[in-house]
Amino acid sequence: MTNTWQDIKNANVILVMGGNAAEAHPCGFKWVVEAKMHNHARLVVVDPRFTRTASVADLYAPIRPGTDIAFLNGVMRYLIGKDAIQHEYVASFTNASLIVKEGFGFQDGLFSGFSPEKNDYDRSSWDYELGEDGFVKSDPTLQHPRCVYNLLKQHVDRYTPEMVERVCGTPQDKFLAVCELIATTAAPDKALTSMYALGWTQHSVGSQNIRAMAMVQLLLGNIGVAGGGMNALRGHSNIQGLTDVGLLSNLMPGYLNLPKDSEPSFADYMKTRAFRPLRPGQTSFWQNYGKFIVSLQKSNYGAVATADNDWAYDYLPKLDVPTYDILRAFELMAQGKINGYICQGFNPLQSFPNKKKIRAALGKLKFLVVMDPLETETASFWQNHGDKNPSDPSKIATEVFVLPTTCFAEEDGSLTNSSRWLQWHWKAADAPGEAKSDIAIMSGLFRRMRAMYAKDGGAFPDPILNLTWNYTNPIEPGPDELAREMNGKALVEVKDASGAVTLRAGQLLDGFAQLRDDGTTASGCWIYSGCWTERGNMMARRDATDPRDQGLAPNWAFAWPVNRRILYNRASADPSGKPWNPAKPLIQWNGSAWSGIDVPDYGPAVKPEAGVGPFIMLAEGMARLFARDQMREGPYPEHYEPFESPVPNLLHPKVGPNPVARVFAGDRADFGTAEQFPYVGTTYRLTEHFHFWTKHAKINAILQPEEFIEISEVLAKEKGIAQGEWVRLSSNRGFVVCKAYVTKRLKPMLVDGKPIHTIGMPIHWGFTGAARKGFGANVLTPFVGDANAETPEFKAFLVNVEKAAVPVA
Amino acid sequence: MADFQSLDVLRRSASTETTPQIRAHPEVAKLIDVSRCIGCKACQAACMEWNDLRDDVGYFEGSYNNPGDLDPSTWTLMRFTEWEDPKGNLEWLIRKDGCMHCAEPGCLEACPSPGAIVQYANGIVDFISENCIGCGYCVKGCPFNIPRISQADHKAYKCTLCSDRVAVGMEPACVKACPTGAILFGTKSDMTAWAGERVEDLKSRGFDEAGLYDPAGVGGTHVMYVLHHADTPSIYAGLPDQPSISPVVQAWKGVMKPIAMAGLAFTAVVGFVHWMVAGPNEVQPEDEARGRDVLNEKQP
Repeated sequence: MTNTWQDIKNANVILVMGGNAAEAHPCGFKWVVEAKMHNHARLVVVDPRFTRTASVADLYAPIRPGTDIAFLNGVMRYLIGKDAIQHEYVASFTNASLIVKEGFGFQDGLFSGFSPEKNDYDRSSWDYELGEDGFVKSDPTLQHPRCVYNLLKQHVDRYTPEMVERVCGTPQDKFLAVCELIATTAAPDKALTSMYALGWTQHSVGSQNIRAMAMVQLLLGNIGVAGGGMNALRGHSNIQGLTDVGLLSNLMPGYLNLPKDSEPSFADYMKTRAFRPLRPGQTSFWQNYGKFIVSLQKSNYGAVATADNDWAYDYLPKLDVPTYDILRAFELMAQGKINGYICQGFNPLQSFPNKKKIRAALGKLKFLVVMDPLETETASFWQNHGDKNPSDPSKIATEVFVLPTTCFAEEDGSLTNSSRWLQWHWKAADAPGEAKSDIAIMSGLFRRMRAMYAKDGGAFPDPILNLTWNYTNPIEPGPDELAREMNGKALVEVKDASGAVTLRAGQLLDGFAQLRDDGTTASGCWIYSGCWTERGNMMARRDATDPRDQGLAPNWAFAWPVNRRILYNRASADPSGKPWNPAKPLIQWNGSAWSGIDVPDYGPAVKPEAGVGPFIMLAEGMARLFARDQMREGPYPEHYEPFESPVPNLLHPKVGPNPVARVFAGDRADFGTAEQFPYVGTTYRLTEHFHFWTKHAKINAILQPEEFIEISEVLAKEKGIAQGEWVRLSSNRGFVVCKAYVTKRLKPMLVDGKPIHTIGMPIHWGFTGAARKGFGANVLTPFVGDANAETPEFKAFLVNVEKAAVPVA
Repeated sequence: MADFQSLDVLRRSASTETTPQIRAHPEVAKLIDVSRCIGCKACQAACMEWNDLRDDVGYFEGSYNNPGDLDPSTWTLMRFTEWEDPKGNLEWLIRKDGCMHCAEPGCLEACPSPGAIVQYANGIVDFISENCIGCGYCVKGCPFNIPRISQADHKAYKCTLCSDRVAVGMEPACVKACPTGAILFGTKSDMTAWAGERVEDLKSRGFDEAGLYDPAGVGGTHVMYVLHHADTPSIYAGLPDQPSISPVVQAWKGVMKPIAMAGLAFTAVVGFVHWMVAGPNEVQPEDEARGRDVLNEKQP
């Protein structure tokens, strides 16, 4: 989230698209209700299904799964056409006025630089035109034909309401009603909040879905303001925290990225990460990249990381592919190239696409270690459960180790929520049986491996042998000690330019501004710096005092970075420093400094007239309506069909799905066609369950006991399926037999004049737990991910449905 | 919390007298704002937790209603209705079903067992299991079809409005668990006033018929709904449009009671008059003889 859960109450319009907040985030949804009750907010839901969120919405519009970009580009066309944009914000705070270099273009579904052989782009033309001074050229009047704004206008011009209706199946009147409501927030004192989740990420164009909405928000001037923002509702408790500390295979803590094998030296690595301002006077956090990475290396390797050995740069693995994401990992496993797997708090047999492939891949492992508080399907992948998990255990040689772990209530620690708040929690009960904390298990694995390397040596044991492990209890380091390690400390006495001591040796840091690139400071995760300072555990703070009652509560827990509650909050004030919305200010220029209820996301004493942009993570200081080379599909979002789609791409039939998404050869063969599988399948959660955990709890099992799919009354009639009858739902990868919920909440949509049916399937059932046994929706889903993040396309694929006999119990 | 916690008894089933009260108590009410409810079933889970109830794990039965109906282990239940207005716009009406705690409770009225059903001074209608004889008259007496008879112990069960929590100053478990504040608890007058604001908001969003459900036919209820379509409560999974106590129960405990009493009195009076006029019915010597014969015949 750029903003916070509580801040949603400040919104005037709430758009829930690409998510189902009431269903998946019922507790956070209270802030939507709050906005409706006390801010007269209007709630808009755009979703293939009439969801629980839609049940309390003021306006609902249906959309065919996988066509969000067409819809949002249509919204942008509407806003530009009606001139419903916040002009001063767009002109001053976005890159609308910057000139794109000649050679950039878009034709027949492809941007300039496409190589059909590589299925990738040469992105060199996706950039600005630079002047002789090295800074980007601009036209503040927005007249230049190649300025970002005019190119955007031209790009989205194809997305007329008629085209949106033909592609998305959304009736024009509904689409225009949504546009009208969204447009009301172009007023400087009005805000729209975007609440989204996996309904946007789980597509082969997931990142571009979100980018398209971010652009809508920029045109409306809704980023950085109270009640605005792009608000990703994270799906697991602490998944935000896991992402922050380096969940993705190409990342290290604090979103620092792993080196590539083309960067053999630290100097090479830093060259591409160095900050070069594109406009005069811009500043950026990333100017400090060197301080962050050196402090991380000092945290990991202590005295061994020195300037002489480039801060132990050689210890870092170098990527030979863009990412070792989970899809690639299972592909390699299926090919027999990964033969050991430690599966920590993760149930891939239920949660990754094409269950048949996942099961086969696990069966090729030599060993599988499962760390989980609950019995998982993955740990029992080898068991035969008939159609629900067909297996011949006699043919599987994988040795499986199940290590029971504690759950959150059985340990101290912090959880980072969607609002980026690190909230400390305290152990409530002892763990049952032999369960141990994940920390204890990982420490045990590490210590034994280190002992083996120490004894037997190896090709390159140094990173393991030299890892800092100076914990009070090396067998099970305390969560408090680990938190202080992430916060960081001075390693020696640190002095400023005048020679005055600013930090004594060992002193905990107040924040990342104190980090240095000379090896005198250490921090395990720079964005978490400030979470545990000399003042104590900031994450354990529970002061709910809320100045101006705007939902910031700055003394409640700790928000990264530096306890800032709303990112880009400099953009909440106009170029001269006055709040766009005087009723809900965040920070403003008081003549000598930025002051207000939030920590400024800006130099606290940088004068407005200095012209430093509010988007200080970027080299131009302006938010990017044109993404330069940062997105693999192109600098503007374009509609591409899902990999399995019932219709051709109406905008450019020759370029159907995302041209740069990665598909492994075997998986391409597993895609189905609309002739065999004429209906659109989509998957989702139900509020009664949390993924595959709560089916182990009796109350949750009572509340949603059994697997089912949702189909429209029209399709049910066509297929002769009555309410609650058994059906067989199949894709080219497998089938599920379960009951049908015939519902009015799904309706066929007219796509280019042809009725398209969507079938929905909740994900929660498997072969363990207290609920009735089920197949799991991932039997059906395709093994392809988003081109930028490799999040699998769970939200749009092709299926067929037919009546089935009642299964024999 | 105000002084809600009275367990002073206002009415008692099958009893004509109740203890006189030395205290005055406000009436309580639970307000269920259907327009804020997202159907998450946290209330159902909280009810199961607090009251320690566990139904069997059931089956999918063609809707999100789970379990399929109220039963002795399910005292509150979310009922989901897919409803299309005359223009064809879909609404998904989600109503938390359970005891309405009527001011004039049909169950209490119908109950023949003294003290099996009581109404407290704060308005809560509670079943006292030890006095329940499992006759099921309360089921017939309830205009909302709420009580259920357990096959295990042959006693009637329903929502207690968490009388045990309210008695110690806490709100009902469902109210505490509701994440969107769709279930509120307080004095009936506060809840009625708050409902008025909610109705205004709904009207501003185009729900012209929004209103409060507090049906007069049962003297008002201590569980009330804010409905978007208060003109047609029955679209919310059969919420009665105009509930009232069944005429059979009314007749039985109303008109029939004095008539029956009069019948009893008439019988007594006639008997007495007959005795006065005809004298007592005495055994005659012939009767004695016939009796002896019968006895003798029976001997072996």
